[in-house]
Amino acid sequence: MEKLRILAESAKYDVSCSSSGTVRKGKQGMVGSTVGGVGICHSFADDGRCISLLKVMLTNYCMYDCAYCINRRSNDIKRATLSVSELEEITMEFYRRNYIEGLFLSSGVVRNPDYTMERLAAIARDLRTIHRFNGYIHLKSIPGCSQELLNEAGRYADRMSVNIEIPREESLKLLAPEKDHKSVFQPMKLIQQGVLENKEDRRKYRYAPRFVPAGQSTQMIVGATKETDKDILQMSSMLYGQPTMRRVYYSGYVSVNTYDPRLPILKQPPLVRENRLYQADWLLRFYHFKVEEIVDDLHANLDLEVDPKLAWALRHPEAFPVDINTADYEQLLRVPGLGTKSAWLIVNSRRFNRLTSYDLKKMGVVMKKAKFFITCNELTSQFSQPIIGINELRPERLRPLLISKAQQKRAAEEMQLKLNFEEGCQ
Amino acid sequence: MTVYTFDGTLDGLLTAVFDTFALKEQPLQLLTEGDTLPLFCDHTYQVSTDEEKARRVWAGLEKRLTCETMKLLSVSWLSELSELNQPLFQYICKVFRQGDISKNFADPDVLAVTNIARRVLHEQLRMKQFIRFQKAKDGTYLAVVSPDHNVLPIITDHFQDRFNDQPWLIYDAKRHYGFYYDGKDVIRITFENEAAVPFNLANGHLNDDVISSDDQLLQDLWRTYFKAICIRERMNPRKQLNDMPRRYWKYMTEKNAT
Repeated sequence: MEKLRILAESAKYDVSCSSSGTVRKGKQGMVGSTVGGVGICHSFADDGRCISLLKVMLTNYCMYDCAYCINRRSNDIKRATLSVSELEEITMEFYRRNYIEGLFLSSGVVRNPDYTMERLAAIARDLRTIHRFNGYIHLKSIPGCSQELLNEAGRYADRMSVNIEIPREESLKLLAPEKDHKSVFQPMKLIQQGVLENKEDRRKYRYAPRFVPAGQSTQMIVGATKETDKDILQMSSMLYGQPTMRRVYYSGYVSVNTYDPRLPILKQPPLVRENRLYQADWLLRFYHFKVEEIVDDLHANLDLEVDPKLAWALRHPEAFPVDINTADYEQLLRVPGLGTKSAWLIVNSRRFNRLTSYDLKKMGVVMKKAKFFITCNELTSQFSQPIIGINELRPERLRPLLISKAQQKRAAEEMQLKLNFEEGCQ
Repeated sequence: MTVYTFDGTLDGLLTAVFDTFALKEQPLQLLTEGDTLPLFCDHTYQVSTDEEKARRVWAGLEKRLTCETMKLLSVSWLSELSELNQPLFQYICKVFRQGDISKNFADPDVLAVTNIARRVLHEQLRMKQFIRFQKAKDGTYLAVVSPDHNVLPIITDHFQDRFNDQPWLIYDAKRHYGFYYDGKDVIRITFENEAAVPFNLANGHLNDDVISSDDQLLQDLWRTYFKAICIRERMNPRKQLNDMPRRYWKYMTEKNAT
């Protein structure tokens, strides 16, 4: 029990949690299934993060010394190793009780990358073949391991991931002298190659086993180094351009190693910035935004006070107002306050009759921000209230109207942290 | 003002739709029997449930709506909410007059039915998330729930698919019935004497004499894990409550330790 506690605590800074991406029906004689679309979160921890997979490390002994990591070699923490059979048994028993959706297995690097990766792959294989486990398996691939082992692991895992951690190589070198970008991108490329080859095979042989059917994911640490949001988002957009990259996670840096002079001293993790990055990430993935529209040289960092879409809209008043009854879906998505759900409702309903702002409110569209950017089917005359939109108000006067006090406070707190961060660097 | 009353069953509601068209009148309100009648009601009509009529209405709906929408309608009925009757009744009447209006969310009835169905589906997802099994000595896995809506019928497929090699029992303590899977089929069960069941209906714990020997250890392991995975610097109880409302906690292993 103690071991599980130690290893879970070591693994918790990995943010990836999704169990989505594969649809696999249950099979007779095997335990488990995976659902497609939105995965199932089985619980929510006190920090509000979902618990979907049993996220645990095989061991937290590590031969690397990365400054941002809690498991670095020079840290004096309790170390433990789970035996293969223990881990497999816990996974199966938890799964049978509907505690978890599957296993997320990571490991510190012991002896050499190949040795570690081999053990991870062996566990995935045992679970599938001996325990007949048909649920979700997410494996972390160890940077620098050989291609054969990756292929072996990929045959049993649903998703594999390699963490980039730091988007710029010079910062990575500074904090993790034993790692470089090549060691990260090499396995990524290999996994992708495997998936694409497998696709070819499946075209020829229908029952060829699937290879990493849920694709890859990765994560970047936010706030540990001097990267701007532009660097981070450009990296994500580049990664999403690849055919197998499904998710990029951002992890607000939690000061775990406060004694290291290379790292900033933060009172609390940069949660607002992390949130803004996720919002920008959503814009990239679901809202047809391009990365140049969200961040550019003038605005290298995301605005902490307003969300990225609103920030874009305030910079581009010429794109508004949007007419709810005629604009196409892509235009609707660009209206601050309208999400994919609202846009879908609007596009469907307006085929029956023209929509008014009353209808929108009824449907659950949040009008707080949207009302400044849209026109509906409403009479405008000198008797009724004139429409006040972004072009009447001008962006600089609209902006303060849309920022709540609480938001301002949270952003201000984080700006203060930022000052600390610069001091920490000097 | 015309008011219809019906017996509160889906068949009754469908019969009411049939009668509306047979009698060529549109009632202003549809009430269940026993509801207080509104003031100034000059004509009441009691719908007598007729399975044949209900079947014909349902078949007519199937002709006019996509199967997704049909599914949505039956899911909304599982909500067991009395405020569903009126909008669902009017929705169905409108379908026969205007055709497929299922995507017209500016229509208040369509919107109301869709929203209620969405609530049921949301709870269904929550059941898939938060059901916790305990293993009994004979190898049966037991879970007790008390959902707001009657969602058990739509989650059994998921659990049958997932745990097809273990017998399990999911019991709804609020509605006093459950589903038992014996390794082949799912059957609906009720207990004759609910007081004598070998588990506690208030918190779902199996009694000490029937729980399997390693179950307590695994529950403790899970609680330990649950505590360990939280990052203390990022505490956010509000989000936790949003995603995992307190009313589900009493049956959840990680939250109901005694």
